[in-house]
Amino acid sequence: MLTAVTSPKFLRAALPGASFAILLAAIFYVQPRAMSYFGLNLMLQYAVPIALATIAQMFIITVNDLDLSIGAFVGLTATIGATLVASTPLLGALALLAAIAAYGALGALVHWRNLPSIVVTLGMSFVWLGVAVLILPTPGGSAPGWVKAIMGLKTPWVPFPVVAALVIGIVVHVFLMMSSYGAVLRGAGGNPRAVSRAGWSLLKIKVIMYSAAGFFGVLSGLSLIGLTSAADAHIADRYTLYAIAGVILGGGEFVGGRVSPFGAVVGALTLTLTGSFLIFLKISPDWQIGAQGAVLIVVLALRALIKRREV
Amino acid sequence: MTESTRTIVALEKVAKHFGAVKALNGVDLRVEAGECLGLVGHNGAGKSTLMHVLAGTLTPSSGTMSVRGEDVTARYGVAGANAAGIRCVFQELSLCPNLTVAENARIFHPSLQGFGWKRRARALIGAKLDEIFPGHGISADDVVGDLSIGKRQMVEIARAFTISDAPLDLVILDEPTSSLDAFTARQLLDYVRKVVGGGMSCILITHLLREILDTSDRIVVMKDGAVVAAKKTEEFDRDSLVRAMGNVVEMTAIKVHEAHERQRGATPLVVEARSSDRDAVDLRAHRGEIIGLAGLAGHGQTAMLMKIFDAAGKHRGSTRVDGPVALVAGDRQTEGVFHLWSIAQNIGVRSLAGMRRHGLIDASAEAALGEEWKRRIGIKTPDMNNAILSLSGGNQQKALFARALASDAEIILMDDPMRGVDVGTKLEVYDLIRDEAEKGRTFLWYTTETDELKNCDHTYVFRDGVIVADIARADLSEEKILQCSFKESA
Repeated sequence: MLTAVTSPKFLRAALPGASFAILLAAIFYVQPRAMSYFGLNLMLQYAVPIALATIAQMFIITVNDLDLSIGAFVGLTATIGATLVASTPLLGALALLAAIAAYGALGALVHWRNLPSIVVTLGMSFVWLGVAVLILPTPGGSAPGWVKAIMGLKTPWVPFPVVAALVIGIVVHVFLMMSSYGAVLRGAGGNPRAVSRAGWSLLKIKVIMYSAAGFFGVLSGLSLIGLTSAADAHIADRYTLYAIAGVILGGGEFVGGRVSPFGAVVGALTLTLTGSFLIFLKISPDWQIGAQGAVLIVVLALRALIKRREV
Repeated sequence: MTESTRTIVALEKVAKHFGAVKALNGVDLRVEAGECLGLVGHNGAGKSTLMHVLAGTLTPSSGTMSVRGEDVTARYGVAGANAAGIRCVFQELSLCPNLTVAENARIFHPSLQGFGWKRRARALIGAKLDEIFPGHGISADDVVGDLSIGKRQMVEIARAFTISDAPLDLVILDEPTSSLDAFTARQLLDYVRKVVGGGMSCILITHLLREILDTSDRIVVMKDGAVVAAKKTEEFDRDSLVRAMGNVVEMTAIKVHEAHERQRGATPLVVEARSSDRDAVDLRAHRGEIIGLAGLAGHGQTAMLMKIFDAAGKHRGSTRVDGPVALVAGDRQTEGVFHLWSIAQNIGVRSLAGMRRHGLIDASAEAALGEEWKRRIGIKTPDMNNAILSLSGGNQQKALFARALASDAEIILMDDPMRGVDVGTKLEVYDLIRDEAEKGRTFLWYTTETDELKNCDHTYVFRDGVIVADIARADLSEEKILQCSFKESA
């Protein structure tokens, strides 16, 4: 029993959850009043858009690419949500669909021209930002009522962000980890040549993964304005790095198709909690991003230690 | 049954060219239903290329291919091979390491989908593993990346034999036993005999001649991209098989340089790599010697060069290297040239320490070095400031030689540097190497071309990562190297 618990495989799988639990315990120790429905809700409410952006990033990382534009893209969908979707819902829905289609087209471009995804998405991040500024030059707009209603939902017993995170995790897990096509999608990250030799279209796989990323980017943008009520083109600039960090914190690897949807969601929650934790410690928000980086380094160092034992 | 339905697949005059390299040079091959065909040949004989053509992953440059008597040349591909019931176990594993065994089976079988697919995939691959390798100890839920290399190979083989909705008539096994122990290899070969008895066909490619002689019904010998012998297994024995693989046409054109009677040990020892294996031969190189590293590809020659490279100038453990070292890469594009640099820059990069002025690179010294080597090694270019990629492959390789020879290195390691280089360039470089050796440089030369070994004072033959023989030039012959390269017992 003990050997099973201390085996590298188990430790590796347990690391994301353990990081989250330790951080939560530390917060409860510093600020016992956070240990309540209301406290958790407050601390974790921004975890929902971050978790959705992290899932979007995870789809891209699964096929060995990296998306440097997800933050700008979430900003764009937030501005569309706070303007078009609120004023002319049909036009808004079309605009969001077009945004998802554009993401899918990026996947096709990356595969077809064999371009480095980092370069393509870095370039696209400026395009998304530019379009967002055109739509909403100054911060403003207003979120549609239904979005605010969803995000303000009061679930019984368990705070809404926790329920939402769980639902996101389950849905993506079923799609990517349990479905038969999900195995092919992940296989394309593990050994693309073998997958294409077995007769699968890598182009189709990339388009599906990028479109899925676009879809979750849209969800992230909408959920974000549901919390803030208004939008700004720069509202989610930090999300690009949050999303990458979340995937890695959650046990994912940059290459090789090794990802975990639950891990990614937990990673996003952990990142959100570090912000709250630092506020409770009365550390200025200026230091937050650095402190989040420190958490990331500690967790990755632990993982490297575990990995060394695996060899 | 008519002739055409007995024949699973037939190739006629199939050729495949990669640029100037003729990997296949007009091959005729016929596989009948219910036979096990053994395919043997030395490195680069074209076995793997032939297999890729059959698997549909390479399209032949010319020739015709028919499946069950029907000409499929124009529309053959991966999907065509699948539909025709032809499967391949590739030498490089084609499993996804991040997926479980069952999920890897799913990648192979599009019909494994919908509710309960995982249960069916588990049952499919599990049953086949049980059938071929009883007592295998692999769970269908194991992640492939966590399995040992031998178990991965077992999974890969079992997967090739699984049947869902597509037919299965021919399985091609390329070095299937390379990572299996003797016991599991036996299990596999027994299974092959069993399915062949049931009417299926197999092509078995292996370097272990004992396996070929024991398992196959018919043996096809390839050499230089062509079939040189095809007979019933009974008509071969180990020696005649090795002879058939060796030089049929005498390869000449390469001048064997007059054996200067250099006495071993007259010059000091500069490289020594002792093996921990008691039966293995230690590698030794004296100053001014040209040492050949031979044997089948991937049996530890490159690893040995890397070990020596890492140990340069140090006396560490079992490896001792006296003097600076330079490496001439064989895989030009990935580990040789700097694609965006000029020819002169590519040559000078190993000698930057000597071309510094005030801590910066002295451009005129770099240009002078480039010009000197343009003249000495004969790089065909109007201007050494042109991009390296403007050169032909052979001239790029010359630039890489110049990089090593222009440096202060006393020991030059060469990792099969003549791959895809034309004969003329080869001859020029051979002369250069011998001149440099006369001046006291030491060369360690891994080559897959036996003829090149005639330039070497001593040749070490590698097998399974260790040196199994040390052949002096006087005793060198292709047959001898082949004999040493293949296991005596297996």
